[in-house]
Amino acid sequence: MTILLPQEGSIPVPQPGSFSQYYWDGCAEHELRFQRCGVCNCATHTPAVLCAECASPDIHWERSTGIGEIYSWTVVWRPATPAFVVPYVPIVVTMVEGWNLLSSLVGCEPEAAEIGMAVEVVFHQGAEGFTLPYFRPVGKLLPKT
Amino acid sequence: MSKHPFHDVAIVGVHNTRQARVLDGHDARSITMEGALGAISDAGLEPRDIDGVVGSLASDFLFQSRVGPAWRSLSPLGIPAVLEAAMAIACGLASTVLVATGEAGSYRQHDSTAPWTRPTNEFVASYGMFTAAEFALMARRHMHMYGTTAESMAHVAATIRNNGHVNPEAVYFGKGPFTIDDILSSRMIADPFHLLECATTSEGATALVLTRADRVDDLAKPPVYILGGGTDYYGPSYQHPPVWDLGGNRRSDLVAGYVGRQAAEEAFATAGIGPDDVDVCEFYDPFSFELIRQFEAFGFCGEGEGGDFVMSGVIEPGGRFPITTDGGTMSFSHGGASVQLFQRVVRGVQQIRGECSTSQVKGAEVAMSTGGGSGALFTDVLLLGKDRP
Repeated sequence: MTILLPQEGSIPVPQPGSFSQYYWDGCAEHELRFQRCGVCNCATHTPAVLCAECASPDIHWERSTGIGEIYSWTVVWRPATPAFVVPYVPIVVTMVEGWNLLSSLVGCEPEAAEIGMAVEVVFHQGAEGFTLPYFRPVGKLLPKT
Repeated sequence: MSKHPFHDVAIVGVHNTRQARVLDGHDARSITMEGALGAISDAGLEPRDIDGVVGSLASDFLFQSRVGPAWRSLSPLGIPAVLEAAMAIACGLASTVLVATGEAGSYRQHDSTAPWTRPTNEFVASYGMFTAAEFALMARRHMHMYGTTAESMAHVAATIRNNGHVNPEAVYFGKGPFTIDDILSSRMIADPFHLLECATTSEGATALVLTRADRVDDLAKPPVYILGGGTDYYGPSYQHPPVWDLGGNRRSDLVAGYVGRQAAEEAFATAGIGPDDVDVCEFYDPFSFELIRQFEAFGFCGEGEGGDFVMSGVIEPGGRFPITTDGGTMSFSHGGASVQLFQRVVRGVQQIRGECSTSQVKGAEVAMSTGGGSGALFTDVLLLGKDRP
């Protein structure tokens, strides 16, 4: 039985840009952040200066509940680089606030991945001390490593 | 009635160099020069006839051959570059344009996936994303929505790879034939894609020459005309979550999952034809699912019907809509970041000329060449024809 875990190897770490630093700072504080439009209320990600619905520049940061469901998934067996342990399961998550993000599924077997599965964010400090958001089935605790 | 926008333009030269897993002794510049000379020769022209170039390596050709000054574009990625060259000729900015690109020597250590499959963006790189995973997320969503089967995707891969199996110019010539079971029993890369459903990697160059339609009578090969084209784009590839429902702010059915739909509508409208008029589908094949998606996006079948469509006997040699007849990126070649994107156009030209030594579609008069794909957030379309529009 393979329980998916966060990557512990020397994987590439994000190089935050001027729009995204606040997002990654939030991850370091175990807070998942997204942007919401002050005009039309649309939630958006990746970090931007314009609303994804109405193109207004009146957008502000909010804290996410960290809860969502799997929109799509894949199980990868040929790693992008040798630093990644396979299998790993990239997922697109639709958050309850209505925004999407790309992450990886942890805390269950790869065979458990399915569209619609309820997932919650779990933060993991890995390569170079960088904290990444992963997602696990709601209520599933990660095994001790 | 106003004149067709590409009435005065013809594609008159095409050339693929030898394609191989590794081209010893070559780098990108040297193999591109070979491709450029090949296309100019195929047209029956001389280097000094070139007064426009597309692509950074074609710019090298311009300098080395001292045929400048010339019009230039740095447009890199396949069909948009061909359309830009055609527009330059139609506008009178150039009369004979060389489009050339090639790759060799940049990807020889295969412990990581090819560099052009792995962008370093902050929102994807840490999750081990590469092109196969990006496209897999799109395919999985379609399977969920419509029940599209692994068998239908495998049938696409087997058909394309069998076209390469019989093509002596394909890198994977003679490696088949393949059945659906062969495809499904190859190792998994990024579920639902097995190894044999993915593009390969290789080296090689390709080139095209376009000129004014009033010059074609003196040239070596029959002209092929651009009946229409379009380019759909949703933003930078491989930086944002690949979401089927992305977009649609202007029109609800123009979502990223159907990228290429507007481009096809524009191309068909310019050409004054529809999907039923297409004789050969030189569709871009980064992954098996893409062809199912493209048939839906372009209106050959309804949304969600692509799986049944490809299983209905239409995509094989002799079928109503034969696909990717040289073996595509899965078997013919995938020479880097851009070579293979031009090769769908090159093959479309060869089909219209009737000069393909294998999988020639008899009497082909209209070819549809495409590039890109849903996982990359862009799809381009070019309609090629025998008759001057």
